[in-house]
Amino acid sequence: MSTKKRKATLPHPHDSLLRTDRIPHIWCPGCGIGTVFGCVLTAIQKSGFPLDDVAMVSGIGCTGRMAGYLNLDSFHTTHGRAIPFATGLKLARPQSHVIVTSGDGDLFAIGGNHFIHAARRNMDLTIVCVNNFNYGMTGGQVAPSTPFGAKTTTSPFGNFEEPFNFCSLAAACGAVYVARWTALHIRWITDSLSEAMQKRGFSFLEILAPCPTSFGRRNKMRGAVDLLKFFHERSVVRNQIDPKDAVLDFNKHLVVGKFVDIERPTFLDNYQLINRRELGDWPALERQVPRPEKQAGG
Amino acid sequence: MVQKAVLTGSYFMNGDDACCEGAIAAGCRFFAGYPITPATEVAERMSERLPEIGGIFIQMEDELASMAAILGASWGGMKAMTSTSGPGFSLMMENISLGLCTETPCVVCNVQRAGPSTGLPTLVAQGDMMQARWGAHGHYEVIAISPSSPQEMFDFTIWAFNLSEQYRLPVIILADEVVGHMNERVVIPPADKIQVINRKKPSVPPSKYLPYRPDSDGVAPMATLGEGYHMHVTGLTHDQRGYPVMDDVAQEEMVNRLVQKVRKNADRIIRYETFFLDDAEVAVVAYGISVRSAKRAVAEARERGIKAGVVKLNTIWPFPEKMIRDLAGKVRALIMPEINYGQMVLELERCAGGLCLVRLVPHAGGAIIRPERILTALDAALKETA
Repeated sequence: MSTKKRKATLPHPHDSLLRTDRIPHIWCPGCGIGTVFGCVLTAIQKSGFPLDDVAMVSGIGCTGRMAGYLNLDSFHTTHGRAIPFATGLKLARPQSHVIVTSGDGDLFAIGGNHFIHAARRNMDLTIVCVNNFNYGMTGGQVAPSTPFGAKTTTSPFGNFEEPFNFCSLAAACGAVYVARWTALHIRWITDSLSEAMQKRGFSFLEILAPCPTSFGRRNKMRGAVDLLKFFHERSVVRNQIDPKDAVLDFNKHLVVGKFVDIERPTFLDNYQLINRRELGDWPALERQVPRPEKQAGG
Repeated sequence: MVQKAVLTGSYFMNGDDACCEGAIAAGCRFFAGYPITPATEVAERMSERLPEIGGIFIQMEDELASMAAILGASWGGMKAMTSTSGPGFSLMMENISLGLCTETPCVVCNVQRAGPSTGLPTLVAQGDMMQARWGAHGHYEVIAISPSSPQEMFDFTIWAFNLSEQYRLPVIILADEVVGHMNERVVIPPADKIQVINRKKPSVPPSKYLPYRPDSDGVAPMATLGEGYHMHVTGLTHDQRGYPVMDDVAQEEMVNRLVQKVRKNADRIIRYETFFLDDAEVAVVAYGISVRSAKRAVAEARERGIKAGVVKLNTIWPFPEKMIRDLAGKVRALIMPEINYGQMVLELERCAGGLCLVRLVPHAGGAIIRPERILTALDAALKETA
């Protein structure tokens, strides 16, 4: 093998959105996070939003590293606190489109309380959860998403707990958009992301992703493609079904699809509604932020 | 009807309410908090006042979220604050550390009550002085200030915002239950008489902007959301670009910057006041509500012919090392009353460096320190050094 770096002759269509000086990334071979990240970048490009008005907030963990590679306003926060951080960010500048990307452990174990309350408030955020069924960054511990019986470094004899159904939880808490795909469903992920980003309110996307390094190798899905094959064989699309019936059963099937797409006033809609009612001529929240001239001399 | 932001006038107001008015006068337009005695009144007043002036109030699900939300709002371009008391302050430590690491201006008002644990929720203590300094993980410098009256709750909250904006860090107001709940005269000056400092903004275009390259004052200009700078903000150790770097060189550079921006500006940050100190043979060094006990004790001591004085610490952190060292060379003894079993007295002893006697007047919390106890300590210290 040559040690020479290959020079790219053509720019990658995502280059303008990447902090290319931070590549190579930290994700393992076979990991599904890069696929999801690619979908996020495509959805941002397709959205038509001014790029200065798009921001990403992530928590801690493998998926939490997404924000670090996005060449937009990007925030890598504390474990579990991406959603409350994003809440402050969004409310301070409502014209920004804030995407939260994080893992299952970050969003639903340590950050579970923040998730349910942000959904209840219908905070205008797009939440992308990459569910790899374990804590990848710390070497594969049991998570609130780990299937019953699956082996991890902290469930060496098999997981004796039942996992959450994140989509059902999100819907029950009031999310206005809920969808689940696997990392194989690239077009569906991108389409769902596009819809979710246009949606006003708390939208939630769960992407089942392979983690061969930590989860796969302890559960007889050691190869990078083993988990993808598994997703391919087991996933069934059931759009519009009640998300509580969208079961993830590793022995039978993994139900994916778009489950919820409803309208509900956002936190800021209701904040303005109540304040206008009580305080009369209430000021608009959107503040104009002066933009610097990008080409201006330093 | 949009109300005035600065309610110029003279009021009979409690400390928690005065804190809100100070925050608003300083430009705070975002508050995220969680109810907790004895700081609840701050959240209550903010929930009424911020909507009146077009700001954002949000009651979060806990103090972890409150602290995270004000960091987010600060990066969103707003001046932001939260308020809490001991148990909530403990929960905020995680994101105070993030705020220190990412150099995020914001204000945390801790209206202290007696602990440990749930302790005495409705009663006074000064037990979180060291938690403010060392409670969050990792190494850093903090700025913490301590008001003694509702008027100072107003004035010091403005000062806290100015410090946070100038030095880019969470500034902690170490109030206490008595100062928070006490009603006194609070004078709010005209808006144009209030000095308000805003964070430095970058003067270079995005292509030349390094988010963590400090100016000569040790503080980097701060771009915020949507301004086109596409900055990356992380709690990982980062370089001047804001990018994570996992080595000891980057760690050294970052921690050194976090520490030096406070240490090198300590003379500009530190404030204290002195009373009857010129000829004093013994000085009471106090902060917060205990200053008022100290002043009363010293007034009585003076009537009895004891040459006593008071040093009122307005800044707790950074601690006024030089002033204490000088003072320790001039007096026979330093007395510190505090509503804990000895926290700031450790700093006092360290800075006095053995040049004079240092004595603590402790109180476990639940009531303020009676002036007689300080008077007794003054007598005892003078006898001991006779």
